[in-house]
Amino acid sequence: MTNEKIITADKLSKRFGDFVAVNEISFEVCRGEIFGFLGANGAGKTTAMRMLCGLSLPSSGEATVAGFDVYRENEKIKKSIGYMSQKFSLYEDLTVKENMRFYGGIYGKSDAFIKQKTASVLEQLHLQKEANKLVRSLPLGWKQKLAFSVAIFHEPVIVFLDEPTGGVDPVTRREFWHMIYQAAENGITIFVTTHYMDEAEYCNRVSIMVDGNIEALDTPSALKQIYQSASMDEVFLKLARKATRADG
Amino acid sequence: MKQFIAFVKKEFFHIWRDKKTTFILLGMPVVQIVIFGFALTNEVKNAKIAVLDNAKDAAASSLITQIDASRYFEVSQHLVSYREIETAFRQGQIKMAVVLPLHFEEDLQRYNKAQVQLIADASDPNFANTVTNYASAIIMDYQRRITNNRKLPYTINAEVRMLYNPQMKGAYNFVPGVMAMVLLLVCTMMTAITIVREKETGTMEVILVSPMKPQLVVFAKAVPYLLLSVINIASILLLSVFVLEVPINGNIFLLVGESILFTLVSLSLGLLISSAAGSQQTAMFISLIGLFLPTVMLSGFMFPIENMPLPLRIISNIVPAKWYYIIVRSVMIKGVGLKDVWQETLILSGMMIFFLTVAVKRFKIRLA
Repeated sequence: MTNEKIITADKLSKRFGDFVAVNEISFEVCRGEIFGFLGANGAGKTTAMRMLCGLSLPSSGEATVAGFDVYRENEKIKKSIGYMSQKFSLYEDLTVKENMRFYGGIYGKSDAFIKQKTASVLEQLHLQKEANKLVRSLPLGWKQKLAFSVAIFHEPVIVFLDEPTGGVDPVTRREFWHMIYQAAENGITIFVTTHYMDEAEYCNRVSIMVDGNIEALDTPSALKQIYQSASMDEVFLKLARKATRADG
Repeated sequence: MKQFIAFVKKEFFHIWRDKKTTFILLGMPVVQIVIFGFALTNEVKNAKIAVLDNAKDAAASSLITQIDASRYFEVSQHLVSYREIETAFRQGQIKMAVVLPLHFEEDLQRYNKAQVQLIADASDPNFANTVTNYASAIIMDYQRRITNNRKLPYTINAEVRMLYNPQMKGAYNFVPGVMAMVLLLVCTMMTAITIVREKETGTMEVILVSPMKPQLVVFAKAVPYLLLSVINIASILLLSVFVLEVPINGNIFLLVGESILFTLVSLSLGLLISSAAGSQQTAMFISLIGLFLPTVMLSGFMFPIENMPLPLRIISNIVPAKWYYIIVRSVMIKGVGLKDVWQETLILSGMMIFFLTVAVKRFKIRLA
């Protein structure tokens, strides 16, 4: 991790009519950092993330991603980031290899790059035997790990993970986080939303969103100290109790 | 370009992996042509009729023989009284009854005037109309033959020529119709569904985060279905020429070109639907109810537009299939060139540009 700022947000807001989904949030993420973006359902974390990914235009405020402005340099941002959505984002009716070729292809990577990268990802995931099998036939845990590998297939600077471990068993979740650490070691910045508090402990820093605002932002240990809690779970509960917004 | 090729490849994988759907897509035109060609025909062939011959003379029996000998009718019952006619109709055994009066030959020869009564089952008015027309024609024909040697004082002979389709084959009508239907169904419904499916599964979001341009995504989605449609156009044309014996009188390249234009209109419509529909079911529903029905009803293929009330005639103008149907009929059957269908071609092109622009615009807006 360096002190180079890879994501900056300054009073970033998103309003849908009268509803303020994200209310003037400001934060910075450093290169190589694992940044946890926490919040209850409906707190606004997915909306905030969509603005940073270029899927949604901010209503007001400033933000840069990989040094590019979210309003004007959308195309450049897209080339520098990877994204893994809440929903499982591989094609079930394509084989493992075909999925990689496709995602490599739409990022404009050369055939040689795709070939070499496919081989190394398959080796890393021990999926060589399954390379030509349909993704549909793989167990969920493998699919999840594969989806992450595909999200960073084009070697982005930042990868956005939107609740990547939903519905996955604890063992796979641990393996998944192992992969995240590896990616971070290779210099990829990880921006991850989650509502598993044990996962928050794995992050370098976490921000906790409540009702569209960032209520707390620090390292997990500092937060535990400030809120005099034994675990991130307690910290989160203390903050989330203030929430007035219902699910949505 | 590389992105585009990667995307199109992926679309082909989808189509190829889903063998059932592919089979339906490619088999549908074949099945429809066969069904329309051999089963659903409103031509009259060997309609069963009853004869009540009160005359029983030479002239009467020769007329009956002539009716029976035609390929339209088959005399299945010889009745002896009027009451039996009603019974035969009620039992549904006959489509028409021919009644010859007493002294048929005598009337004919002495008074130059004989009457034949045709009674048809008008619970199906179209069919009743057709059979009585055919029967009248045969009777006229018979009359002409027996008066051949004699001079009648005043006669007007209406000589009818059926242009472009002398044998009055139904296939001339439905081949263009089936082409419009199949192309619309394949292109519109399938493109709409394939895009909406990606929205449902969440892969669309990932694609939109990628640097691939949204317009490019839209076009890449359309290309495979354009190719499938070209195959369908080819198979329909081959079947109609070699199995149904419908000729292609015009320029085949013009015909194929116009078909591709219509395919593009349908594809654009499918893209437009996909931007409005949230689920695959909705997309299918809109395609079927919103497009398929108007195509069948308002294109002129099933029901002549000229006979419709004014509001429907006006609405029919926005049905793309109407214009395509006119074009195919003109080019394929009448054999005209582009100079006679340029207006329809222009309308279709306009529709395509309009739908495509709106679809691409709406697709982009979704990003904001």
